[in-house]
Amino acid sequence: MLIDSTLCIGCQACVDACREANGVVMDPTPNNFEGWNAAQTWDIAQDLDGETLNVIRLWRSGNATVKDAEEDGFAFGKRHCLHCVDPSCISVCPVQAMTKDPVTGIVGYDPDACIGCRYCSYGCPFGVPQFDLNSAFGQINKCQMCRHLQAEGKIPACCDVCPTGASLFGPVDLLQAEAERRLAATPGSLMSFPRGDITQDRPRHEKAVPHYIRQTYGEHEVGGTQVRYLSAVPFESIGLPKLDSFAPSRLSEGLQHTLYKWMIAPVLAVVGAAWLVRRNRVAAERDRGEEV
Amino acid sequence: MASRFERLHAPLITPLTLVLAVIAAAAAWFIYLRFQLGLGAIANINAGYPWGLWVVVDVVIGSALGCGGFAMALLIYIFNRGALSPLMRPALLGGLFGYSLAGAAVLFDLGRWWQFYNILTPWHWNLNSVMLEIALCVFVYVVVLWLEFSPALFERFGWKGLRQFAENWMWLLIALGVVLPFMHQSSLGSALVVLGHKLDPLYNTAFLPLLFVTSAIAMGFGVVVVEATVVSHSFRRASEHALLVQVAAVMAWLLIGWTLFRWGEVAYRGALGGVLAWSGATVSLWLETLLALFAALVCLSGARNDARWLFMAGVAVLLFGSVYRVASYLVAYHPVGNYSYFPSFPELVITIGVIAFEVLAYLVFVKVFPVLGAHGAAHPARK
Ligand code: SF4
Ligand code: SF4
Repeated sequence: MLIDSTLCIGCQACVDACREANGVVMDPTPNNFEGWNAAQTWDIAQDLDGETLNVIRLWRSGNATVKDAEEDGFAFGKRHCLHCVDPSCISVCPVQAMTKDPVTGIVGYDPDACIGCRYCSYGCPFGVPQFDLNSAFGQINKCQMCRHLQAEGKIPACCDVCPTGASLFGPVDLLQAEAERRLAATPGSLMSFPRGDITQDRPRHEKAVPHYIRQTYGEHEVGGTQVRYLSAVPFESIGLPKLDSFAPSRLSEGLQHTLYKWMIAPVLAVVGAAWLVRRNRVAAERDRGEEV
Repeated sequence: MASRFERLHAPLITPLTLVLAVIAAAAAWFIYLRFQLGLGAIANINAGYPWGLWVVVDVVIGSALGCGGFAMALLIYIFNRGALSPLMRPALLGGLFGYSLAGAAVLFDLGRWWQFYNILTPWHWNLNSVMLEIALCVFVYVVVLWLEFSPALFERFGWKGLRQFAENWMWLLIALGVVLPFMHQSSLGSALVVLGHKLDPLYNTAFLPLLFVTSAIAMGFGVVVVEATVVSHSFRRASEHALLVQVAAVMAWLLIGWTLFRWGEVAYRGALGGVLAWSGATVSLWLETLLALFAALVCLSGARNDARWLFMAGVAVLLFGSVYRVASYLVAYHPVGNYSYFPSFPELVITIGVIAFEVLAYLVFVKVFPVLGAHGAAHPARK
């Protein structure tokens, strides 16, 4: 999936489509809007939560008049699972409730395995998986790239409805090439942008090339992600933290596997400790003039 | 075989035990509500802070407070300080409750607790998961602790055969009891390594496992000092001060080494720049350092001969380790997005209630079972 923030017009069609495709309940009342939205006519999830799998968030600076400008500008950020190549959520889950599909690369969740420890929530570099805290029998919820729709030959709901092609579906290598094509184009020149699925021939969308930040976010971050981003404002502004190119889960897994390789170290430690204990107990009891 | 331990002859029901029971009952009520209404209704954990008070205090700190038995076993059996063995059984009992309740707290913290047993079924195991190691290791250790403690139970009931059997295998139990805590207490530090950018550079290091296990040992000594002082003072038993001073000296050097390593490591990574900034992580780092150095100073100076100062040093060590743990898991943890967390009232009541229950159970056990060192036999010199 390629998300181009400069193409996003903030219409929230993808948020709505996601809700419908995944049976997400509405989230109508942010606390600070209670009076205004008293009739609960507006659905405004402010961020990902135990139910919401996808949100568009507005970033603004100064008087927020110019789209995609750093000063006095505004931009839209889309938040959902990035489907990491080397996902922390899978690494940390004790019971293999998080899995990566070997073919599609979709990071999926199995509620029947999950024990609800929320380590995946705690460990995900993007704070994506969330436990539904409002239910007595909650579960983790996160974007699974509409794998149920993909199984029927459809594409993820958000890409399907996006009117501008800001959310674009397709194989990662084609999307990366598309991102590079956009980065290579001269800002200001007219360009046509594919919509929906990069492998299909939907009518395209014509627009002037913006002043992109010269980076595809997700190409290297935490070892690479299958969702990639383009933006004209710094990625941090639209909710994408600055990250190293290695996955921190590699470090923790490396540590664990060195310490616990074949359980050799622990077993040796028990044997050594047992030997010392036997020797020292005998000595201690003898000092005290008791039988062991 | 004469026992080296005796039980405390004191009434079971006292104003203190009643108060503890009331607090524990209040906690039980809120735990019931948590199961009825869900986590969100009771706890303030949120999208940014999926782990709150229960994970950090009940499990991470609670298990470290249960390290008395572990720390003493290291000293007595591995470093051959047999003279300290009268302190062993009470320390073990503290560990027993610390760990058993840390395990119990997991049950009401888990979101999908009814599937808890998945973690015990090998076909679910993810061997990359630090959490798996912690869970299994703590589980086995709780069993080992009960077995290690079982001679006290058998002694009380006069089951000589069983007691002898347990004693015969004690060397293995003690060895396991020394190695297992090394594994999971260090893993409680490894668990944070995966956080990467979400953990403040003052706290994020590949040495987290080392820092966690060594500070847990220091806390274990701290618990022994505090517990022995309180018990001998409030039940007017002969003081074990002479032994405690020896423990305190070991603890002091451990704390000094820990603090030096901690600062050296931060400096080596070039993260020292942040230590004067005004942030939660910085304040915690200084607080840890001051508490550790205060305790070390007391334990190495003449002040240690005063039971009150020694007691305060013990408390300082417990605070030191707790600050380090709260900071690592919550204060120095930076969620993605603007979130804040402070425990709710029911969350606090549950945590305090679990601790109250722990103290209550401890008091009942020392009065019912032979736990405390029998004085005549404990000090051969005084015979
Ligand atoms: S973004 Fe988070 S939830 Fe999604 S795959 Fe990566 S670690 Fe897992
Ligand atoms: S909450 Fe569930 S999916 Fe997430 S790490 Fe824990 S067991 Fe795995």
